[in-house]
Amino acid sequence: MRSNIFTLIFCVLAITAFSQKEIQKKFQTQFIDVSNGGTIELPAGTFQLDASLWLDEKKNVTIKGAGIDKTILNFKGQLSGAEGIKITNSSAITLQDLAVQDTKGDAIKTQMVDGITFKNVKAEWTNGGKKDNGAYGLYPVQCTNVLIDGCVAIGASDAGIYVGQSKYIVVKNSKAYQNVAGIEIENSLYADVFDNEAFNNTGGILVFDLPDLIQKEGGYVRVFKNNIHDNNHINFAPKGNTVGKVPQGTGLMILATRNVEAFENRIVNNISAGTAIVSYYITENPINDKSYKPFPSNIYIHNNYYDRPNVKATSKGRLGKMYKFKLRFGKNVPHIIYDGIVDKENPNRNICIRNNTNASFANIDAENGFKNKSRDMKPHDCEQSPLSPVTLSARSN
Amino acid sequence: MRKAFVVVGVVLLAVAVSSWRNVQSFKREDTLSAYGFFVGKLSDLKPAPGVYQYELNTPLFSNYAEKLRFIKLPDGGRAGYSDTAVFELPVGTVLIKNFYYANDFRKPEKGRRILETRLLVHENDGWQAYPYIWNDEQTEAQYDPAGETAQVTYVNQAGKKISTPYVIPNKNQCKGCHIRHSKMVPIGPSARQLNRDITSSAGTQNQLSYWQSLGLLDARSFETSPKLAQWDNTAALLNDRARAYLDANCGHCHSKGGPASTSGLFLDIFESDMSRLGVNKAPVAAGRGTGDLKYDIIPGDPDHSILVFRMKTNDPGIAMPEIGREQIHKEGVALIEEWIRKKTFAKND
Repeated sequence: MRSNIFTLIFCVLAITAFSQKEIQKKFQTQFIDVSNGGTIELPAGTFQLDASLWLDEKKNVTIKGAGIDKTILNFKGQLSGAEGIKITNSSAITLQDLAVQDTKGDAIKTQMVDGITFKNVKAEWTNGGKKDNGAYGLYPVQCTNVLIDGCVAIGASDAGIYVGQSKYIVVKNSKAYQNVAGIEIENSLYADVFDNEAFNNTGGILVFDLPDLIQKEGGYVRVFKNNIHDNNHINFAPKGNTVGKVPQGTGLMILATRNVEAFENRIVNNISAGTAIVSYYITENPINDKSYKPFPSNIYIHNNYYDRPNVKATSKGRLGKMYKFKLRFGKNVPHIIYDGIVDKENPNRNICIRNNTNASFANIDAENGFKNKSRDMKPHDCEQSPLSPVTLSARSN
Repeated sequence: MRKAFVVVGVVLLAVAVSSWRNVQSFKREDTLSAYGFFVGKLSDLKPAPGVYQYELNTPLFSNYAEKLRFIKLPDGGRAGYSDTAVFELPVGTVLIKNFYYANDFRKPEKGRRILETRLLVHENDGWQAYPYIWNDEQTEAQYDPAGETAQVTYVNQAGKKISTPYVIPNKNQCKGCHIRHSKMVPIGPSARQLNRDITSSAGTQNQLSYWQSLGLLDARSFETSPKLAQWDNTAALLNDRARAYLDANCGHCHSKGGPASTSGLFLDIFESDMSRLGVNKAPVAAGRGTGDLKYDIIPGDPDHSILVFRMKTNDPGIAMPEIGREQIHKEGVALIEEWIRKKTFAKND
């Protein structure tokens, strides 16, 4: 009897192992064989995969699951590939109604794709925010016409939704939580980020421009009507990553980017900085890239709603130490922080803050050892013409 | 009247060109044997006439698998020489790369197991990759674009028995390496990689001269041709060996026009800017690939250099290169560690 049970268990295990291998092969074959204009339908169920699924050089293809919580591709125990799904050198690709879990690297990376839509897609590390999780959840890079709609990103050790070195971007109706950065737009041009909820990340929404990249200068980013709240998660990014410097308790951070407009957001209960406007110098990293512009300019923060609990800012990390030992705000932490580092070649950087509800402010004069820090918002009481909405070009072939 | 002759001539020419193109067009076979690249027992990999074995100075590390490479040019076709770029290979060229493990690396006579054969074919509309997976009986290899994970067992140089998964990449993953400016291209057949001695039935001679004698390359002198160091030749300069290793293992992605250009880290042989080569360069979008370290290369300090950290793991979320690296290349790691420790990257000593 006992040996029969063992035989039975063995058989069941063998069948499972066999079918896993078959599933990997079946899905990957579909990714290779799909013809332009075709659809790959992934059935409902949880599928265990051990290598990346890769779609390359396709036009007008849809990869469709049975639902965001119905088709689950789980990559725990992955042997090969630095991401779960990878899509490259393609145009007009739609990924929808599925979840990717527990990849060793990024969950879904798309590179050199013109027209990439993520709709009702979840990228998740199921054990919550841990340093060993992959870097990015949804990760379009060097793409154009990017639409992220109704998506969810949980647990990324860098950014849940990360759009890098791309152009013409819309991120909306999405949720990001338990990531280091909830949503990040980096070295990217023409982005609208709206109607999203970013909460319980280290930083809710980040707009960054970093040196040493191929697409040098991002900007023309609008962040509006988002609910950016309770982003007080401990920073679990591996050191060496720029987001590792983001202080726990950051709502919206604009770093070294030009032409950013943030309005009608609800920015509440982020304990360290509801909104931070900073230059790259705040990272204290050396700058080797001579063409890089480290200062933010043409920033317009208006008509946002701010609130925060009566608690101290974080004391963790380098910037936490800055709060604790240099800024010494106590529990009266300003909602909006500007590093005050002056660009000598371009002293008027056009940083306007107006018509916000409950907003308090500090220019922390980081350049001069915080000596002349000021809570006077008046120097920034100015108006700017609004940025134009982003229009995505529909690509149908 | 005269005009009619011209028209007929043009039509004839068009027919001739299109039929020539038909001759050149490649038919993908389901089995490797169907191509007739090899004569005799398939697993002996004995090349048929017109198929030539070639060797590289510093090949890409692939999980300790050994590789046998062959090239077949179309009838009368020649490679276009370049000092810097991969040779211009005519439409109809097939590159044939076979991956195998000796059963016992110390005793080649104990046989080998071939796992996969990858064809890189220059077709009318560009290069295409066609992967073939060998059967356990070693009698045939079957076209399989989806790849799979095989288990391999062998005895390594140190006499240790190794049992390890070997991931046979899928067709798209071929492009993970073989891509430049979004187009599929070969990597190996460049002057710097081929400029070495090779032993054939014609004796030992310089490989470029040998190709010339076979009519595969135009007549020219190779005296000034660049030569990549052999990474494991301890008689060569440390910097040359390390840069050759990085060029062959990283440079195909980490170069301008390569997929890893997003990182701003360039490891090809032509890079001369120390920051772009990684010296005191902060990582970009590396995630946990940083291993809590700050810079790609810290001169004198390999233990705190991200470059070494990512070579020293086989975690697929961290390991570099991203594919074909289920094992750690200990000897390669040792070379790069020594290079960083001795800070030789700026000078030739």
